[in-house]
Order: sequence, then C-alpha cells, then structure tokens
Amino acid sequence: MESAFWTLLSWGPDGWSRSIAYGVFVTVSLALATLPLGLLIGFLVALAKQSTEPSLRLAGNIYTTIFRGLPELLTLFLVFYGAQFGIQQVVQLFSPGTAVEINSFVAGMVALGVVFSSYASEVFLSAFRGIPVGQYEGGYSIGLNKGQTMRLVILPQLIRIALPGLANLWLALLKDTALVSVIGLSDILRQSQIAARVTKEAFLFFGVACLIYLVLAIISSFGIGAIERAVGKKEMNR
Amino acid sequence: MSATVQASETVLRPPPPARGWPRERVVGTALVALWALLGIGLALYLFNAWNPALFEKYAPLYLKGVGVTLTLVALSMVIGSVLSLPIAYARMSKNRVLNALSYGYVYFFRGTPLLAQTFLIYYGLGSFRPQLEAIGLWSFFREAWYCGVLAFSLNTAAYQAEILRGAIESVSKGQWEAAAALGLSKFQTMRKVILPQALIVALRPYGNEVILMIKGSAIVAIITVYDLMGETRRAYSRTFDFQTYLWAALIYLSMVETLRNGVEWIERRITRHLKR
Repeated sequence: MESAFWTLLSWGPDGWSRSIAYGVFVTVSLALATLPLGLLIGFLVALAKQSTEPSLRLAGNIYTTIFRGLPELLTLFLVFYGAQFGIQQVVQLFSPGTAVEINSFVAGMVALGVVFSSYASEVFLSAFRGIPVGQYEGGYSIGLNKGQTMRLVILPQLIRIALPGLANLWLALLKDTALVSVIGLSDILRQSQIAARVTKEAFLFFGVACLIYLVLAIISSFGIGAIERAVGKKEMNR
Repeated sequence: MSATVQASETVLRPPPPARGWPRERVVGTALVALWALLGIGLALYLFNAWNPALFEKYAPLYLKGVGVTLTLVALSMVIGSVLSLPIAYARMSKNRVLNALSYGYVYFFRGTPLLAQTFLIYYGLGSFRPQLEAIGLWSFFREAWYCGVLAFSLNTAAYQAEILRGAIESVSKGQWEAAAALGLSKFQTMRKVILPQALIVALRPYGNEVILMIKGSAIVAIITVYDLMGETRRAYSRTFDFQTYLWAALIYLSMVETLRNGVEWIERRITRHLKR
C-alpha cells in the first residue's frame, strides 16, 4: 500500500510528479504574470481615486465597486466567454464562419488582474492617505515637477506603507489561480484532478495539491519577509 | 459713514477660480463617459436580447439559485461561527499543544484555495467510501450540497477565529484588570465588558467575511450544486446566450452592494456613542 503511493508520486512513467510539477509551473507563472498587470492598474486606479477631480474619483470608484463585488469565478467566465463572444461578433463582420478561441492563460491573467487591481487600488489609496501633504510640498519646493515628486519622494514611502497589504493580496492571488482550472488551464488543481480521476486516489492527489499551495504560501512569506527587510534596511541607512 | 458701511455689507466674496479643463478633468470625464457608454451598451444589449421564453424558463431557476446561495452562506456562517469559538479560544490559550493545533488549522484553511478544499472533501473523501459506509456517514459525504456546506463552514471557521481573536486582543488589558478589580469572574468579564467592545471592532471584518463567502460560494457550482452560479452555467450551456452571465453578474453585484451598505449603516448606528 505504502509503496503504491510512492509509485504514484514518483517521476517515473507510472508517477504523476512530472505532470503536477508542470501544474506548479503554470500556477506560478500565471500568478507572476498577473502581478505586474494588477499592480500597474491598481496604482493607476488609486491615483484616480485620490485625485482632486471628482469625475476621476467617480470613474475609479465604479471600477472598484464592480470588480470587488463580482465573484472571481464569474469575472473569469465573463472575461473568457465575453471576450470570445465579443471578438466573434467583430470577426464575423469580416470573415463569417471563423471560430475564435481565447487563450485561457490570457483570460485568466486578465480576470485575476482586474480583481487584484481593484483590491490593490484600495491598499494604495490608504497608503496615499498615510503620506502627509508636506512631502508633496517639500518636493515641489525644491523644484521637482509632479512626476518627479511622485517617483522620487512619494513612491518609495508609498511602497513601504503598502507592502503588508500587497503581501496579503499576493497570497490571495496565489489561491485564486486555482479557479483557472475551470476554464481548462493545466494548473496544480487541474493536473491533480486528472491524476485523481485516472488513479482513483482522489484524497491523495487533492491532499498533495493542498500541500503544494501551502508550500507556495510559505515560500512567499519568506520572500515577502526578505523584501520587507530590504525596504526597511534602506530606511535605516539613510 | 453709513454709505461706506452699506458698501462693505454688499461686497460679495470673490467668485471661485474657474475650474477650466486641465488634463485630469478631461481624462476623468472621458473615463466616466466610457463607463456610462458601457452601462448604456449593457442596458441596450439586455433590452435587445430580451427573450420572454428564456426569461419565463430561467427566472424561477435563477431565483431558486439565489435561495441556494443565500442558504449556503447563512448555514456556513452560523456553523463556522460556532466552530470558530473553540478555535479562537485555543489560539489565545497559553497551552502549547492547543495553540499549535489551532494555528495549524487556521494556516491550512487560510493558505489553500477554497476550491481545493472543496475538492478534497467532495472527491477526496470519496476514496474512503468503504470506511464511511461502515460508520454510516456515506450518505452525508455523497451529497455535493453537504460537502459544500462542510467545506465552507470549516473554511470560514478559520477566518472567523482570526477575526474574533483580533477583535478580542484589540481590547486593552486594562479592561480585564478593571473588571477583575470589580470582582467580575472571567466569564462575566468576557460577556459584559470585552465582547461588547470587541464586536464593534469585529463588525466590519465580519461583514467582509460574509461578502467573501457570497463571492466564494460561486465555486460550489463546480461540484454540481445548483446555486446562482450553477443555474447560470446550466442556462448558458443550454442556450449559449451570453446574457445569462450578465444577469448573474447584476444579481451578485446587487447582493454584495446591499450587504456592504447594510454593514456600513449598522456600523454608523452602533458607534454613535463613540462620536464626539
């Protein structure tokens, strides 16, 4: 019995480690590809929400309200089928009869990216509120323009304040990637689902999947700790 | 003399500087216009795609789906809150073993995806069918609905335990000492002094947890429970009509927004005595 389990988990032809390792690769690359997208959009939305211009604030708040209120799974389907439906409509105009397939990796990236960015914008917004106006005024008074003040004065402080919140969002993102298994991307969960179906050892493989997610979370928290120390150290040296 | 007084009284404050059209305002107006266009487009699409036969067939199913979603969330929240009490207690106790056990529980359920937990319970426990049949629990674990409720309850128990712990630890130690000085027992202190203050702190996280559960509950559709998401998937797979998803999105959005505003209203009311 024991040895049968180890055969199933081995790298050999009867083992599933190879395909699950591929799943880990897909999950991690999806999360890493989503992160910069989500951070960028989130930062821009936060800029809009802390602006003095009411129309910009309204536009930013609508974005957050929509994408924080929708279930992640539904957002994923809306992007996956919606983009397919929309592009199909456009393509039909030019060449009727062509079928359009959306890449599920890109769909997953966009869907997780908008969800991540709507939460990230709130984190950035509260970080912006933690920076006193004097910092902006100081920047302007030594002759920096708006962009330079943002880049050289505000952003370094902003990142330090926002880091714990963003770290939580990264862990949530890592967990949310499990949803893409539903639209057919071979991530950890889908690979272990296939293994479970073939070998009839569902508990073993889903247990392994859960443990892999835990290990990823633990590795991430070490990484986050290292980043936090690095950012903090820079502050100490100044 | 009187003329000058008259004059100074009629002097008006200077008009506010003209807002003009700086770049921010142009971009902001353009973005709001884009949202408005999207909203109008959505309304027009739903109006044009309006299909009485479709509506008659699927509206009752959607309504049933909303019922299933809300029942699932309510049940799991209640069961989870009961389970969270011992976990939070163990998390705060000085006993090493209890502390480690509860820490492990919370770490596992917060560190893995809810979807993976649901699969582990629904498909995974199916591996132990003979054993479960032997103790007569198989009829429970065979049903996707019970497995969903169980997975969600265990998951939310971990989160609620952390909320509870955070809220109780946010009450200062002096409150405990003052209550002890008045001769209140530990239980009385908890019930009459600590909890009323802790629950105010906990209200907003609890509200967020309910919202997360409503959003998270969509995944039970994958293990064939026909909640709102399940009904939507069924309707889409039968009609290939994209409006099925849009209706679901509108329903979810209105549920979440109602809840969020409700929690804010309650918070405003119960913190009135703290406002100065």
